[in-house]
This record gives sequence, structure tokens and C-alpha cells, in this order.
Amino acid sequence: MRSATSSQTIGPFWHLIEHPEWADLTRFGAAGARLTLTGSVKDGDGNPVTDAAVELWQADPPADETFPGFGRCRTDERGEFRFNTVKPGPMPGRGNAQQAPHFAICLHARGLLKPVMTRAYLDGDPLNETDPLLSSIEDAKRRATLLARSVSESQWRLDIRLQRGPHGETETVFLDI
Amino acid sequence: MQSERDPLPFRPYAPGTQPPYDAPAYGSTHKRHPQETLVRLPHTITETAGPRFSTAHFPPIPDLSVVDGKTALGERIIVRGRITDEEGRPVPRTIVEIWQANASGRYQHPADQHDAAVDPNFRGEGRVYTDDEGWYRFTSIKPGAYPWRNHPNAWRPNHIHFSFFGSGFAARLVTQMYFPGDPLLELDPIFLSIPDAAARNRLVCTLDMTVTEPEWALGYRWDVVLRGREATPMEA
Repeated sequence: MRSATSSQTIGPFWHLIEHPEWADLTRFGAAGARLTLTGSVKDGDGNPVTDAAVELWQADPPADETFPGFGRCRTDERGEFRFNTVKPGPMPGRGNAQQAPHFAICLHARGLLKPVMTRAYLDGDPLNETDPLLSSIEDAKRRATLLARSVSESQWRLDIRLQRGPHGETETVFLDI
Repeated sequence: MQSERDPLPFRPYAPGTQPPYDAPAYGSTHKRHPQETLVRLPHTITETAGPRFSTAHFPPIPDLSVVDGKTALGERIIVRGRITDEEGRPVPRTIVEIWQANASGRYQHPADQHDAAVDPNFRGEGRVYTDDEGWYRFTSIKPGAYPWRNHPNAWRPNHIHFSFFGSGFAARLVTQMYFPGDPLLELDPIFLSIPDAAARNRLVCTLDMTVTEPEWALGYRWDVVLRGREATPMEA
């Protein structure tokens, strides 16, 4: 058995592989209800993280020629990112469980020797109540870090905090996968 | 409990082979590393499904050493290697993203203010796919070392950045390939952040004369292992 190759930081110069259109997962003509996910990334001091690569992964709808199932967006000088995609549906969980609609997020940046992984759920979705991951997080403030807020029916927002703040600002739930 | 219809989960990482989030010698980690305990998530379809990269939508860029027919300055190299999973099975037709500094150690990037020459014939982005047996290959120039501000007189060893997707979200890998015999490696907090020395040293490529093209380019071999799946369903 070989062990998986070690991770190293994406560094501050990953924009050499940045293609802004990758933030639009609908660009190949995907079918489905359009959804915009915006947000920000902040560090432990609350300062914007301006050099992150935010990746949006989505298992639903399944990836095909019209839907890559993957997008990438830089954070700008205010730490903001923006994706256009299609709304995911519920997905099977383990055993007989069902998962509420969600996105997987993989965030790379200078200062992260390996990416942080999290999820974005849609606040108010009735399936959130029984979602295995959401219901496993007892602290309501922490659980709320996984909930994108509705700006309008098709516009959602998720703010990510890499580290808890000096005044108790809540750190985003990151996942050990 | 693993049920029959659950996707086979990826294996846990081998101890010591992955860097920590909190690495005090690397200053940029201080305000960016999570402090709360990570929430362990048994793998579902979200963690095991992967994206779709077709060459039609994401065309290959197999030669970084030429821009518009003009040759970049520096020592031309070919990098070739095999991508397998932890069981040694090849990872076929997977995308490999590549980026790097030019021969003088400068990125073609507005944020790079290092006082070294920009080369108009070097952009620094590559993209290739593995073949049916997991082999990848690209042509480039050897990147230069460059200073960074982590600590006084800090220099990054020569390196090429790589990005791999493998077969699912949980196998995502972004890393750096280093060159053999580089004395800066033992001074580099990013390289040294990996606790296991053997794992670290697997990031160093080897000079391989069979990869070389005589009279044209030196050749380096670098193999990559992506996370594999559990062989049999396990009790959770």
C-alpha cells in the first residue's frame, strides 16, 4: 500500500490557473433552476481573505457534458466570491438517510497547507431538520455557519470564517473527510 | 453502519503524511487555520462523486515553454509521471493542472513584486490529462527560486504547483513538486510542514534520463498517489 501524496498550499499565485468563467457552472447549458451563491471569506481577525480559491462541488445534478459539477472562484479585494449554478435536489445519505440539498465547498489559500472543506445548505429547507450532518451539530451558532441565507429565491449568501475571532466570532464548521 | 448501497468511502490519510493546518513556522497559517475541532463526516455521494472535465471544455495546455511560437528563457524540462491510487491502480484520463514561476523565479501575476525579470514568452499555466494507464507528461522550463517574506531572507525552493481531482471530492489534492538536491528544501517551512520525512521526500522528483529528449530537454519523473477507496465495507 502506498500512501496518498502530501498536500502543499495553493499559495498566493494560483491565479495563473484562474479562469473567471469557471465560477459559472451553468455555462455549458445545464438544465435546472438557476441559483447564485455569493459570500465572503474572513480570517481570525475578521480581515477579508483576498487570495483564496473557493471551489464549489455538487453531486446533484450529476455531472455530465452540460454540467461540470465543479466551479472555482477567486475571492476579490473584499474577500467576496460569486457562483452561478443550478439548485441541487435532496441526495441520498448513508443507509436510509436522506441529505438536504447542499453544496460541497473546498477552500484553498495561502496559509492553508491543505484545503478546508465545508458545506453550504439552503436555510429554511424543510429537509435541513433531518439532515444527518446538520442534526449532528449541537451548537446552533456553529450549525448556522453551514446555512446559506436567502437574499431572494434564487440568490443565496454564505459567509465563511476560517478561524474564530477574538470576541467569540463563530468559526465556520469545517469537515474532516 | 455501511449499507450496501452506500458509496465505498475513501481511506483515511496515513498518519504524518499530511501537513497540519496550524504550522507556526509558516506565518500565513496563524490567522487562517481553524481552531475548532473538525467535524468528522462519513462519506456520502457528495464526498465520493467527482466533477466532469472534458477536453472539449477544458482543452490541454501541454507545453508551457512556448508562447505564440516563441521560446521561454530557461532550462527546458519534461516532467512525466504516473498517477495511481493507494492500491497502485492507475487513475486514467484525469485532469492535471500545473502552474509555476518562470526561470528567474517570477510569476506572471500582478501580486508578484519580486525584482526579477518577467518573460513575455512564459505564462506559467499548464493542463494535461493522464492516459489510460495513468501517465501524464508536459514540457516546461525549470522554475527559479524566489524570496518570500515569511522570515528574514526566506527563499522558496524551486517548485511546480500541481492540482489533481481524482475520482471524488475527498481525493482533491493540491501540492508542489520539488527538484532533487535543492539545498533550500531543508530551510523551507512549507516543505517541512509535512511531519513524515519519507512522505515529504516523495514530493521531490527524480532526474530520469529516459524522460529526457537528447539535444533538447532534460527529463524528470514524478509519480503521484491519490486517495484510494476502502477495499471492503467497514463497520462505522
